[in-house]
Amino acid sequence: MLSSPYIAEKSSVSIIMLKVLAALVPGIAVYVWLFGPAILVTLTLASVTALLLETIAVRLRGWPAKPFLMDGSALVTAWLLALSLPPIAPWWLIVVGTFFAIVVAKHLYGGLGNNLFNPAMVGYAVLIISFPVQMTQWASPLSLAGAHLNLLDSAHYIFTGILPDGLKLDAISSATPLDTLRTQLQLEHTVREITRLPIFGSMGGTGGEVVVLMYLLGGLYLWLARIITWHIPAAFIAGLWITGGLFHISDPDRFISPWFHLATGGAMLGAFFIATDPVSGATTPRGKLIFGAGIGMLTYLIRTLGGYPDGVAFAVLLMNIMVPLIDAYTQPKVYGHKQKEPAE
Amino acid sequence: MTRQLYEFNGGVHPEQHKHASTTRPIAIAPLPKLLVVPLRQHIGQPTKPVVAVGEQVLKGQMIGRAEGYVSVAVHAPTSGTVTAIASHAVAHPSGLADECITITPDGLDRWVEHGALDYRNMDPSHLRNQLRELGIAGLGGAVFPSFIKLNPGAVQKVPTLILNGAECEPWITCDDMIMRERAAEILSGAAVMRHMLHSDEVLVGIEDNKPEAIAAMQAAASQCDFAVEVVAVPTLYPGGGAKQLIKTLTGKEVPSGGRSTDIGVATFNVGTAYALHRAVNHGEPLISRIVTITGNVHRPQNFEVLIGTSFTELARLTGATRDDTSGYVMGGPMMGIDLAGSEVPVVKATNCILVKSPALFPPPPLAMPCIRCTRCAQACPADLQPQELYWFARAKNFGKTQEYKLFDCIECGACTYVCPSHIPLVQYYRYAKSEIWAKEKDKKAADLARERHEFRQLRLEREKQERAAKLAQKASTKLTEASAGSPDDAASAVKKAAIQAAIERAKEKKEGIIPRNIENLPPEKLQEIAEIEARRARIRAMAQDSVEK
Repeated sequence: MLSSPYIAEKSSVSIIMLKVLAALVPGIAVYVWLFGPAILVTLTLASVTALLLETIAVRLRGWPAKPFLMDGSALVTAWLLALSLPPIAPWWLIVVGTFFAIVVAKHLYGGLGNNLFNPAMVGYAVLIISFPVQMTQWASPLSLAGAHLNLLDSAHYIFTGILPDGLKLDAISSATPLDTLRTQLQLEHTVREITRLPIFGSMGGTGGEVVVLMYLLGGLYLWLARIITWHIPAAFIAGLWITGGLFHISDPDRFISPWFHLATGGAMLGAFFIATDPVSGATTPRGKLIFGAGIGMLTYLIRTLGGYPDGVAFAVLLMNIMVPLIDAYTQPKVYGHKQKEPAE
Repeated sequence: MTRQLYEFNGGVHPEQHKHASTTRPIAIAPLPKLLVVPLRQHIGQPTKPVVAVGEQVLKGQMIGRAEGYVSVAVHAPTSGTVTAIASHAVAHPSGLADECITITPDGLDRWVEHGALDYRNMDPSHLRNQLRELGIAGLGGAVFPSFIKLNPGAVQKVPTLILNGAECEPWITCDDMIMRERAAEILSGAAVMRHMLHSDEVLVGIEDNKPEAIAAMQAAASQCDFAVEVVAVPTLYPGGGAKQLIKTLTGKEVPSGGRSTDIGVATFNVGTAYALHRAVNHGEPLISRIVTITGNVHRPQNFEVLIGTSFTELARLTGATRDDTSGYVMGGPMMGIDLAGSEVPVVKATNCILVKSPALFPPPPLAMPCIRCTRCAQACPADLQPQELYWFARAKNFGKTQEYKLFDCIECGACTYVCPSHIPLVQYYRYAKSEIWAKEKDKKAADLARERHEFRQLRLEREKQERAAKLAQKASTKLTEASAGSPDDAASAVKKAAIQAAIERAKEKKEGIIPRNIENLPPEKLQEIAEIEARRARIRAMAQDSVEK
């Protein structure tokens, strides 16, 4: 015998995950257009690895594989990780990162719904600490690159590390705008001088800022489709922008405009897709604001004062640790426990 | 309608499915072949039968007497013969049977003597007692004895009276139809409520998906000799929940663990108001109600049904049972009771019979793990965190569930409705609540047992001490008397001497009692006996000492 209710909204975890993947497509498409097709290889490799590892992990638990593969969560983790990694990274980097994301961060903690930390960010953190060189060899924007690799050549390089005849690595790879900023600042150049370099576009990086814009649009779609609430993205952006703004005002020559920070690296991807991971994030409305703002602030601090080019991953992981505390102290008041006053 | 409305948190918009059952007016269901009237149809104590098998009863005659305070009577829905007072299947989630009185109608439908009540001039507690005897209970689903709610209590006055015509659950339209067709009578009932509660304002809350009902109630309100404000509230489930409707109309929240009268509000279903009107202005006990028969039926419709009519018979009034009928639900799809079979009687709580089909009510998909998406928290009209309650209930951490306000859950099902992992959340909360109640019951029983045990120990100890004290006193008085010298009376002196002689004789006898079978015993045995005798003498001496003390 069933218990009420006997009807339900047409929704499922698969539909949610599918919409997240769909929201990523515009960003990926623009990335391919502006940076070359290598990203498609890494995406495919990450996806296949993730699904394979997920199947093994689920079967080891004695659960049926199909529902868990169909729920799409492994795919989302794989795509978010792949989009955080350099598109020309070697194949073993992708595999190791995906392994840590799916097996260690997700399944060793109990599987879907039980992970304390954002799986994609755990994968990224392991890679950036263990393989710093490979993690900073990003693709140049095609407008600045010496050579363009097609899909086959990209795949060949990713799997074997061998470039087509005569090509050197710096023909297709360069440092990211964030990386460039860091190294140039250490060489005592001012922000104004640095931003004149060709890698810098109007607001962020050449090409990169358009991709970031696509992620922003994808994120807005997610919000309108009620997949995410506005709290975490808004708080993240505010936290990053305000912290960046304060530093920028104090010394514009040393600290770049906060708009640059919003338009580069994993900021938009982080705000709408990564920080909004429901399992490892805060669950109360006020908690989400604190969580998002904390990530934004930490991202800026790690980028500017820390030792890594992008701080989104570590910021997310640090705030993941705070989530149980945040949740416990931001529980909203239940009906009938508020003061006897007409509410708005 | 310039009244300011407030919002409660969350809410969902399930498909309404209301139109089909409102195309036909309310039909009076024909007299059924058999009526099975459960003795328990309300919250509180079940009634006790006051008729016997074989007895002839009249329509409206009391057949079950209210027991205890929270209870109302039940009555014969028609005239006929009582054929059984036994266990019968009833509509309950457990599927268990309950005590029912079965009546075979004689077809004459003869009323018991009854007449209107002069409610304006009656003593209030007498009027409430009459309503209890007339079996009036809330018809919105909770079936709480209305006479208790119509008691203004210590505050003497409940300023705001709300009639609940929201009917937010999908499929159900009985309140809609009764408002369309019997608006004036509903307001007559409201007049009685207003009188009993000394209310200042009367509001009628109706969801805006019922424009005909709103119009009908407004027309009736304009003919009323007291102010009635008909308010259209947004169509949102569960806006018809009493707590939610009160918040929507007044902006105030009923304090947790308290009653709405604490904030000066009383809410009654429009059907209850109608029943109250029939009771007070016609003297008729609650023996029928409007029921919506809908779902997988040919001609969905509302009927005025006698309490005790079987679901099967009623459903057949809407056409032959369809082949793909997969079950019956009493109530709506969000909070109704899934029934094991349809041979259960209509009771005061039956607002709807929903016939299921696999197309309309597909089985729920496999439940996946919770991903903490908090759609449930966004939908919860009680501002709870259902995902936390779920995790704690699942971990059997019942203390934490209460910390997160489990008992403020109204089990409306909005959380389960939106869950993308298809987790049956309300089941977990019902489970947690039952476990907590069971534990409290056990604890109460254990506390009572402990108290009784401790009292018994105390009593035994006390009795022992009293006995010892009495003995001690007796012994001391005897001693004092013995050494007090010659008493006044010569007769008592003789008596005393006789008693003393008797005591001496008894002592001698006792000491002189020699067991007769020790002549031929070996010396070791004699030694043993001597030792035992010495021990006995020692103990006797000790006992004597303690008594003397």
